[in-house]
Amino acid sequence: MSSGKGGELIPSSSELDLDRPNIEDYLPSGSSIHEPVGKLRLCNLLDISPTLTEAAGAIVDDSFTRCFKSNPPEPWNWNVYLFPLWWCGVVIRYLILFPVRVIVLTVGWIIFLSCFIPVHLLLKEHDKLQKNMERALVELICSFFVASWTGVINYHGPRPSMRPKQVFVANHTSTIDFIILEQMSSFAVIMQKHPGWVGLLQSTILESVGCIWFNRSEAKDRETVTKKLREHSQGVDNNPLLIFPEGTCVNNQYSVMFKKGAFELGCTICPIAIKYNKIFVDAFWNSRKQSFTMHLLQLMTSWAVVCDVWYLEPQNLRPDETPIEFAERVRDIISVRAGLKKVPWDGYLKYSRPSSKHRERKQQSFAESVLRRLEEK
Amino acid sequence: MGNTSSMLTQYDIEEVQQHCNNAFSQQEIVSLYERFCQLDRNGGGFVSGEEFLSVPEFAVNPLSQRLLRMLDGLNFKEFVAFLSAFSPRATVQQKIEFIFKVYDSDGNGKVIFNDMLDVLHDLTGQFISEQQREVDLILEMPLFTDCKQVLTKVLEEAGYNKESLLVMSDFVKILGSSGLKMEVEVPVD
Repeated sequence: MSSGKGGELIPSSSELDLDRPNIEDYLPSGSSIHEPVGKLRLCNLLDISPTLTEAAGAIVDDSFTRCFKSNPPEPWNWNVYLFPLWWCGVVIRYLILFPVRVIVLTVGWIIFLSCFIPVHLLLKEHDKLQKNMERALVELICSFFVASWTGVINYHGPRPSMRPKQVFVANHTSTIDFIILEQMSSFAVIMQKHPGWVGLLQSTILESVGCIWFNRSEAKDRETVTKKLREHSQGVDNNPLLIFPEGTCVNNQYSVMFKKGAFELGCTICPIAIKYNKIFVDAFWNSRKQSFTMHLLQLMTSWAVVCDVWYLEPQNLRPDETPIEFAERVRDIISVRAGLKKVPWDGYLKYSRPSSKHRERKQQSFAESVLRRLEEK
Repeated sequence: MGNTSSMLTQYDIEEVQQHCNNAFSQQEIVSLYERFCQLDRNGGGFVSGEEFLSVPEFAVNPLSQRLLRMLDGLNFKEFVAFLSAFSPRATVQQKIEFIFKVYDSDGNGKVIFNDMLDVLHDLTGQFISEQQREVDLILEMPLFTDCKQVLTKVLEEAGYNKESLLVMSDFVKILGSSGLKMEVEVPVD
């Protein structure tokens, strides 16, 4: 399977297209099913019902929007008996748990900063020692974060080892995915550069574990980032790379297409599947609805963050596979393990429109059938 | 967003149901309301063109711009009425009326040659045009490679011509017997 029918066109066409296989193979296409035969008559030209049906179907329900729907747990406080119970819960969560958690987090930050700043400034000569201490400290502050949400995390599978030419990929639900994984072992993650205090943390502390930043809105950014990824993955002493190939947060019930960037680095891919238990809190960060601060506060006023993390068997590119097929295969492995439904959409369609290529393909097939039938007797 | 169905009272649902001539059941109307609220991200009470285009499946549809003209600014009641033509309970007459409305962009009850030409252009893009000489060679058709010519030929064979004004009854005559399939299913939890 090649990377898209438009392969014969100039390679600098929309980046979104080069990233995924042919969408038409996945989409339920009403109009292409009825292969029209016979002479072209006026009723065939005027009958636009297949195209209209597809449009109406998309208006009523579509697989892309489903991926980003927050699904908070059903409210259960609906009667006289349960309501006071729920109210007690609210009081405990906001007035007891939340302050305790804030204290825990503050203590954690104090310890962290009082160790990190000296280490960062004073141990500049002892490179290896500095790196190891900074890694340990970052793991520490992540543990404090997890404790501040009463995180109950079940890790399954062998812990990843630090080897060169090894890249980790995981499904993405919220920025806290990184914190949860970082708690166990140091990763160098590749993330979208955020504004505000998160961005500050990114440029100072996370730099020390070798994180790489990108900016979705910059077109040229992709090449620089790919280069950085390649360099990092070849380095011996760097933290293993952690990549979220979906490129955006998805609601932990679906998975969108994986970007092929991680799969063309020539490294072994170690898939990680993360599944949150929604009974306790919906950990999906709907970045269109909340800021990260609000998201964290929501987590800190919930009972707990319960999730399962599976470290899955490392995969390599097979000799007859393209990077895109490899990405799909790994997505399959992760989706099956975490119970996610796969959809054929690129996560970046959250931020931009689909390219006109898809519409053009539909137009072309309709045009060809019209011209063909015109000549039939 | 919260619990959206609590914002829609029984009275509202019945009013909407009446407005769409019972094309949808009450459960379907509740589902459609959830969907409407999901699409109407800024909560303005109507779904803007941009918000419709954020659904990739809709954005790649060749008739999306035409439909947007009909959909833009509709409130929920009108939105359901718009979709009623796609209900399995809708009659063939109602479906043909909808198709007529898509063609009749100025809403004067008459479809002229240019209206049909515009829709044909939307559906075929640039893949039928006089410049496509390659198409000529492959299909060995030096004659009808232009939308206008295709439409004229087909119209004349059906007994009309370029100056014909088609009204609703013409559409019923043309499309009524072709077994129109135009249905969507509203997902109900």
